[in-house]
Amino acid sequence: MPEAAPTLTGPTGRLIVLEGLDGSGKSTQARLLMKWLQARGYRVFFTEWNSSELVSETIRRGKKKGLLTPTTFSLLHATDFADRFERHIQPPLRAGYIVICDRYAFTAFARDAARGCDPPWVRNLYRFAPVPDLTFYFRVPVATSLKRKLASRQKISYYEAGMDLGLADDIVASYERFQARLKREYDSLAETDHFTVIEADRPVEQILSAVRREVRPLLTGFPKMESLIHA
Amino acid sequence: MRKTYGTRIPGFSREHLRGHLIVVEGADGSGRTTEVELLREWLEVQGHPVVDTGLRRSTLVSEQIDQAKQGHTLGTTTMALLYAVDFADQLENKILPSLAAGSTVLADRYIYTLMGRAVVRGASREWARKLYSFALEPDVTILLDARPEILLHRAIAKYGSLDYWESGMDLSLSRDRFESFFLYQRRMAEEFDWMSQEYGFVRTDANRPPNLVHRDVRRMVAPIFGARLAEIEGPAAEEPVPRAAPARTSARPG
Repeated sequence: MPEAAPTLTGPTGRLIVLEGLDGSGKSTQARLLMKWLQARGYRVFFTEWNSSELVSETIRRGKKKGLLTPTTFSLLHATDFADRFERHIQPPLRAGYIVICDRYAFTAFARDAARGCDPPWVRNLYRFAPVPDLTFYFRVPVATSLKRKLASRQKISYYEAGMDLGLADDIVASYERFQARLKREYDSLAETDHFTVIEADRPVEQILSAVRREVRPLLTGFPKMESLIHA
Repeated sequence: MRKTYGTRIPGFSREHLRGHLIVVEGADGSGRTTEVELLREWLEVQGHPVVDTGLRRSTLVSEQIDQAKQGHTLGTTTMALLYAVDFADQLENKILPSLAAGSTVLADRYIYTLMGRAVVRGASREWARKLYSFALEPDVTILLDARPEILLHRAIAKYGSLDYWESGMDLSLSRDRFESFFLYQRRMAEEFDWMSQEYGFVRTDANRPPNLVHRDVRRMVAPIFGARLAEIEGPAAEEPVPRAAPARTSARPG
């Protein structure tokens, strides 16, 4: 008789999501959270909303030819997320990891709604994605987001600024208006999707301790790495 | 006014879509491509501008789809969504503008094949239906019904082998491709039965020779054009088919 296969049940890990506008400090916090958990002996997997080659290449081409619409833009990102989910999120979750996501489906809910896509349609696209155990929303005023973005000297990209929507001719002005739309979407998602709101226009240390305070209850009884690889 | 299946497409007005959308669906080997060509010929002869469209013809992601199929590297949800990108691109950049220009759009397969494939691979019908709810409702969807045995022989006659994807080999239904082909086609047929009810397809027996099927197709399409079609019955049944099934040995099913 072959040995019994490991039981394949639903997710056994923990899914922690960080959402917020650009420049809300969520990536910094995601990294610090990962370090903190790892140092305490938990197995952690970290993933970002970065576009894969498939999407960035397609977007580049689509932009050149002026082919991208809110619908194809939305579907492309859903495809990209599905790929990341099937490859990098689902397996570690089922293996019992703490998976930290710097942006998740909510980013798409906010962006696509800001571009005029039908929200229930967008939600349906992402129905394969499980509800996180904890979703942080790093809330900052639009002015803070803009200030940090400009200070970082990163070039503001065409789509980041929502230039495709024709909100303004100037990229900075467009960015500001588009972020304001996104903030409205996030603020409303915070209610419907039970976000844990972190007022993020504060010093890093204060935010850090707020984040840890929220994460601690998830760790109660959660096994550490050591106990799994040496039975 | 034309309708989508429930979800509006941002940035598009449906008011000016004057042309007709005709969809032909059916498995590989059901004679779909031949029927589309015959129909196109017939409509053009009567003076109707026709634009044809099919799956995997967008410039946006068709390359990525090809790559993914080669490498078998993408998961089923990812693949289903990638096909949806391709379809949406075709819809917005080809089908809608052509309809707005007053052309008849002839679609060699539409969302239904994509939905069937996704559902057979584990997606729920509800998910697939909502995913494609931004698609435009066709004026008519013609389903060419052919028995799996007929499909099998036509595939072998045409390609000399059974295609990996058309045999659903990725589903691991059977390691035997011949058996897998039957199991897969049966499952697809079940989905088409369901969609036929749900979306109101008109079906025709495609086990018969192309010219007989074509005669049915003309009857199905005629009501859309009403008095604007000179001849409905035509010489199709008696005369040999103008351009019979073209040999397409190089192209693989999509």
